[in-house]
Amino acid sequence: MTDVKSEAASQGAGAAAESAPARFLKATELDTRMLGMLGALAVIWIGFHLLSGGLFLTPRNLWNLSVQSASVAIMSTGMVLVIVTRNIDLSVGSLLGFVGMVMGVTQAEFLPDLLGFGHPATWIIALAAGALLGALIGALQGFIIAYMGVPAFIVTLGGLLVWRGAAWWVTSGRTVAPMDATFRLMGGGPDGAIGAFWSWVVGIVACVALVLMLVHGRRQRRKFNFPLRPLWAEGFLATVGCALILGAIAVANSYPWPSGIVRRYFQAQGLPVPEDAFIAHGIAIPVLIAIGVGVIMTFLANRTRFGRYVFAIGGNPEAAELAGINTRWVVMKIFILMGVLATIAAAISTARLNAATNALGTLDELLVIAAAVIGGTSLGGGVGTIAGAMIGAVLMQSLASGMILLGVDTPLQNIVVGAVLVIAVWLDTVYRKRVKK
Amino acid sequence: MAENTPLVEMKNISIAFGGIHAVEDVSIDLHAGEVVALVGHNGAGKSTLIKILSGAYTRDAGTILVNGKEAQISNPRDAKKYGIETIYQTLALADNVDAAANLFLGRELMTTWGTLDDVAMESETRKVMGRLNPRFQRFKEPVSRLSGGQRQSVAIARAIYFDARILIMDEPTAALGPQETAQVSDLVRQLKQEGIGIFLISHDIHDVFDLADRVVVMKNGQVVGTARPGEVTEDDVLGMIILGKCPPGAVPGPGALQMAA
Ligand SMILES: Nc1ncnc2c1ncn2[C@@H]1O[C@H](COP(=O)(O)OP(=O)(O)O)[C@@H](O)[C@H]1O
Ligand SMILES: [Mg+2]
Repeated sequence: MTDVKSEAASQGAGAAAESAPARFLKATELDTRMLGMLGALAVIWIGFHLLSGGLFLTPRNLWNLSVQSASVAIMSTGMVLVIVTRNIDLSVGSLLGFVGMVMGVTQAEFLPDLLGFGHPATWIIALAAGALLGALIGALQGFIIAYMGVPAFIVTLGGLLVWRGAAWWVTSGRTVAPMDATFRLMGGGPDGAIGAFWSWVVGIVACVALVLMLVHGRRQRRKFNFPLRPLWAEGFLATVGCALILGAIAVANSYPWPSGIVRRYFQAQGLPVPEDAFIAHGIAIPVLIAIGVGVIMTFLANRTRFGRYVFAIGGNPEAAELAGINTRWVVMKIFILMGVLATIAAAISTARLNAATNALGTLDELLVIAAAVIGGTSLGGGVGTIAGAMIGAVLMQSLASGMILLGVDTPLQNIVVGAVLVIAVWLDTVYRKRVKK
Repeated sequence: MAENTPLVEMKNISIAFGGIHAVEDVSIDLHAGEVVALVGHNGAGKSTLIKILSGAYTRDAGTILVNGKEAQISNPRDAKKYGIETIYQTLALADNVDAAANLFLGRELMTTWGTLDDVAMESETRKVMGRLNPRFQRFKEPVSRLSGGQRQSVAIARAIYFDARILIMDEPTAALGPQETAQVSDLVRQLKQEGIGIFLISHDIHDVFDLADRVVVMKNGQVVGTARPGEVTEDDVLGMIILGKCPPGAVPGPGALQMAA
């Protein structure tokens, strides 16, 4: 009881001296770093919108941006855990290529011979085979790193070459196509989106979940007599959160199917094609998968023993060991998880391309690492968030898409992305030093 | 249970790192409700010896008995199962997480859903810290932001929260001011009252004489001798530490200076 009182008193005393924004941040308990990233994203978006003469902030471009970000965003969630434990994974791009190739061959050549062409289970068998392979490769790399003591940098640098070579080996470099029709839904496109109705359902469920989380959090704090957020701050968070969710849904729902596909859709049903038919894409399935992965990974990182140990190992590996944590097994599990995430990314990439190629995922490891680092994951270990890395992935993709939209040459694109990465990490270093003081 | 069965007995323990014999043929024991102080110069092997007991290092030779039975201790988890808790000289805290996460590290409280019960852990942490350091309020901050004394109290809280039967304190007052040091001394007396056996490593001979039932002096990885504070003087113990000379009131160990007489 006295705890709460004294804390409230000290807060009251401090509040008078604080400026309005500081008070606002304290009441809402929002992470300033995350807000800074969202601010940077907003600046980039608005900048490209103005420079391109209003082409960037359109439903079509934002929808494509979301689909293009999905694969890197998914892998970046695993990279956060890898980097938090002071490791690195340079093999994810090659791993994606190899697993994608194996899944491609499984569904385009192996299963049709075995089950017949277009068997309904094709996609899930291919995916399961890929996930198993991804997990095994992750386990192998994780074992060598954690139990045999070879640095992750070396093991995964080897993996970068080995798995790219293995991908070539599967078909001697031949491209495999087409993918299974159901499998292809994971890649987005008019079919690979859930439509307006289900998008609203997802949005409303997300809003309800957000409000329930806030209510539950408040109850827990009250139960244990911890300081509460002021009610207005809770209301503010709920309102802004729901507005953002529903706004994103509205954008996805205002991007229509191309007229050719609409015509074929009605013709296939034997109906006349209406004059001003408007069929919305809604949220793309790869984006839905990425969001699902983000939620699960955030849960893993923040609410489970595994996640707690990941961060403890990153903060002080020796202390974690002395606390009785089986640190090697935790590290190995992280690499297994990374392998599975690379598989999901591989499924999305091959499905979107409708082919498995030898070059799939080339240089993705760098985008994934950059996304995690821009998203606030410290290479020194112990610090990083899943949401930050995913925003980092969107930020990187926004830069790439925006420059393509402006007609910037590829070499210049690389120069800009490279420079942005260095500047972002420098800014972060400056920020962290100031926070420490 | 026989009155004279020690809580812990370490017999003929040796460990070497490369060519350095950090601990060589050391035998010590500890009874319930007893405080045994380990003293010696830096590098004498005190921390290494107790790290063998806490499971951080695996010994090259020797046996460990707990309650007269041979104990299998090959990692920190094993040691904790025997009720052995340790406050390490380096504190061994994960700097990037808060006090509660450190206190419960490796032994988290879980909800019925199998998820971390952070609220319950914080609540328990508030209770223990309230006992050790009543003015402590920074429960939400990573421990890297805490002062030396506050970090020390988190490490102590972690050791005493889980009903230790054997407590190892490796220089627990190194980072503390006089007032906090006195608090730790009070805590040691209180835990002793509760029947806990304590190994106390300290450089402060006054404190050692004040708190310990027996003093074990180590030098160059070996035991010089064991003495009871009532039977020797502080100068005698300093002589043991510096010269390795065992006075008449003490029981000599393998490391005692062999008098050519
Ligand atoms: N992990 C290790 N690797 C190599 N040498 C070590 C290690 N731990 C301790 N030592 C050596 O063992 C000796 C005893 O050290 P330590 O037990 O820390 O002494 P004390 O705690 O009495 O000051 C020292 O010479 C030290 O350098
Ligand atoms: Mg020491």
